[in-house]
Amino acid sequence: MLELVQASTYAASIDNLILFIGIIVGVWFLLAEGLFFWLIWKFRAKPGEKSQYLVGNEKHVKRWITIPHALVLVCDVFIVVGAVRVWYNVKQQLPEPDSVIRVTGQQWAWTFQHPGADNELDTSDDIFTVNDLHVEVEKTYHFKLESRDVLHSFSVPVFRLKQDAIPGRSITGWFEPTLIGEYDVQCAEICGIGHGVMAARIHIDDANTHAAWISSASAATTP
Amino acid sequence: MADTVADVHQHEAHGHDDHHHDQSWLEKYVFSTDHKIIGMQYMFTGIFMAVIGGYMAYVFRMQLAFPGISVPGFGQVSPGEYNALITNHGTIMIFWVAMPVLIAAFGNFLIPLMIGADDMVFPRINRLSFQIFFLSSIVLLGSLFVEGGGFGGAWTSYPPLSANGDYNQTQLGASLWLIAVALEFVAFLLGGINFITTLMNSRAPGMKAYDIPLVCWMIVIASILFMLSVGPLLAGAVMLLFDQTLGTGFYDPARGGDPILWQHLFWFFGHPEVYVVLLPAIGITVEVMATFARKKIFGYKLVLYTAVATGVLSFFVWAHHQFIAGIDPRMANVFTITTLLISVPIAEMLFVMIATLYGGSIRLTTPMLWALAFMAEFLIGGVTGIFLGASGADIYFHDTYFVLAHFHYTFFPIAIIGSFCAFTYWFPKMFGKMMNDTLGKIHFWGTVIPFNFIFIPLFVLGMGGQHRRIYNFQHFPQIAGPEYFQLRELATIALLVMLAFQLVFFYNVISSWMRGEKAGKNPWKANTLEWTTESPAPHGNWPVDELPTVYRGPYEYGHPDREEDYWPQNLPN
Repeated sequence: MLELVQASTYAASIDNLILFIGIIVGVWFLLAEGLFFWLIWKFRAKPGEKSQYLVGNEKHVKRWITIPHALVLVCDVFIVVGAVRVWYNVKQQLPEPDSVIRVTGQQWAWTFQHPGADNELDTSDDIFTVNDLHVEVEKTYHFKLESRDVLHSFSVPVFRLKQDAIPGRSITGWFEPTLIGEYDVQCAEICGIGHGVMAARIHIDDANTHAAWISSASAATTP
Repeated sequence: MADTVADVHQHEAHGHDDHHHDQSWLEKYVFSTDHKIIGMQYMFTGIFMAVIGGYMAYVFRMQLAFPGISVPGFGQVSPGEYNALITNHGTIMIFWVAMPVLIAAFGNFLIPLMIGADDMVFPRINRLSFQIFFLSSIVLLGSLFVEGGGFGGAWTSYPPLSANGDYNQTQLGASLWLIAVALEFVAFLLGGINFITTLMNSRAPGMKAYDIPLVCWMIVIASILFMLSVGPLLAGAVMLLFDQTLGTGFYDPARGGDPILWQHLFWFFGHPEVYVVLLPAIGITVEVMATFARKKIFGYKLVLYTAVATGVLSFFVWAHHQFIAGIDPRMANVFTITTLLISVPIAEMLFVMIATLYGGSIRLTTPMLWALAFMAEFLIGGVTGIFLGASGADIYFHDTYFVLAHFHYTFFPIAIIGSFCAFTYWFPKMFGKMMNDTLGKIHFWGTVIPFNFIFIPLFVLGMGGQHRRIYNFQHFPQIAGPEYFQLRELATIALLVMLAFQLVFFYNVISSWMRGEKAGKNPWKANTLEWTTESPAPHGNWPVDELPTVYRGPYEYGHPDREEDYWPQNLPN
């Protein structure tokens, strides 16, 4: 119904995991609801017919619970394996970066620190922007996520990426954009009355456009 | 409730009360120590709070669907007011509606009646419990009207936002909110002690552990879970209060504190809390299903053991709320495993419900419709939880409307469907009258159908990447399109329809109470002990010489040796 853009290397793997879980639980859901409504209809009260007295102690009756029980457990194992594989790739390992940026949340704006022409963070040619993040497509980025005041959460839905920012800590994560365009960055953790206006944009450009942006932004900030 | 000479006699005989005179209205209804009256007090306070919580939902849903309009009955919603509304909606619905109605009201009303006791073991502690709860309600409602307005840091109250008035701009509201929640916990600790002790000590002669109706077990297991989990949160709440008022730095990283500590303390309580309200709702549902399917529960012990297993497991899943909160990413794997494991006992309970219907003789009365709806709707809440427990998928879904829709599909069946189920089933015992079944069914369909139209659109919005607690989505171009607004409007309109149908319920309650058909002792032909006394039950529940003795389990329906299809627990043969 709603169009979902996949703009990072791992977006598709998260979507596939969601689809995989959706199929497993969907089958269970339909089976359980189908059986449930069929039983309600099948065993509706009929005049003169008494209900059956079933104790449910015999093995062949208990099977109706023990077999689904085992099947649920097997499904859980598959889901855990799928979830952990995706999780490991997105959150637990860091591929070598082409570039490092710093993302700082504060009430109620995002500050992005880009490395300048030297591609080194924390040097004099760094480019600071508010609510506009510029990245180059098909480059691996590390982001250092920080907060000045309360909890924020750096969320880029098209990347399927989300990470809370915590004051007093710097959390490193990664992404690699795969699609040129301009997308939303949301704050996903309530951070006070301005939470709803803490909106930023991410600009994903090809190499030339990105280089042009770096030189024009550097020119604008160089004293 | 009728105050007769016989009642006064009972007081003396029981040593409940030192009164030798008729009780005044105040003593009888306000400062009562009778478990049934205290149950009613909890119930009516809970219903009153539910109306307020529903009103809040109405206001903020209007703002979300039609941003910036002047909401009829409220006016324009400012961002600060919006935050206060969502925060207090969540707080009220969980702590002031689900807890008091499901556990305190029905626990108080049902446990002594169902186990054949004349009252709770500690009637005065019981009264104190309600009084503290009532005080906590006043503090919470008061916090909405102080300078700066009500607390707006979400019901989870994460510091540093909640710890510092400079950040949340509702210094006083935040402290009062926290005090109200802490008082509410004290009230439920007192109530829980009573439930546990009463079930252990006051059962009718002959009632062995496996003869106890499941709903009593469930409320007691829930009380034990609550007692074991609430300690760390109370300690955390005191530290947060100190941070707010005395300027300590337990959660302030600049002074060596850690904001994540609160999240651990909160969710160590917060996740078991889900099962604290779920278990009584499951207990109510199986009780009603057995009665109206005229069937023995398919696995009494199975339900009991899975409830205990759920309870134990629920202490090891809390960090699934914190996958992306900055905890060590390796921990997420551990909590993914424990979280998915908890699907096993819960699925088993639902299988038992389904299996119980097999071979039954199902009567679709209003309470039975609610019970069946609980199973059908809760299953949606259950299966959508799997997405969130799976760490990889949670990276995307965390704090989106998918989460919101998921937990409303658990809490709505629990707190609203479960409560209506219990209320319509035990109404004859509470008030001595039958509820109008036609109006009951109109109210049922008018609640359950719109409910799905509220939250299915929110699942879709969540999958579209819409985050929670944002008062105006127009600042985010990707989710401000017309197709998103149509879904928001659909949810809001469905909410309006659902709220309108609640008027049918209130009308039905009042008119049935006034002019309803008299209910006999046992209108549903049920087995459990509460149906062996008058409706409504007198003070002391049974005349002293007629206190019941138990001969069998609670679910002997359709027994082949009997003409009747039910076999009350108190009949010798």
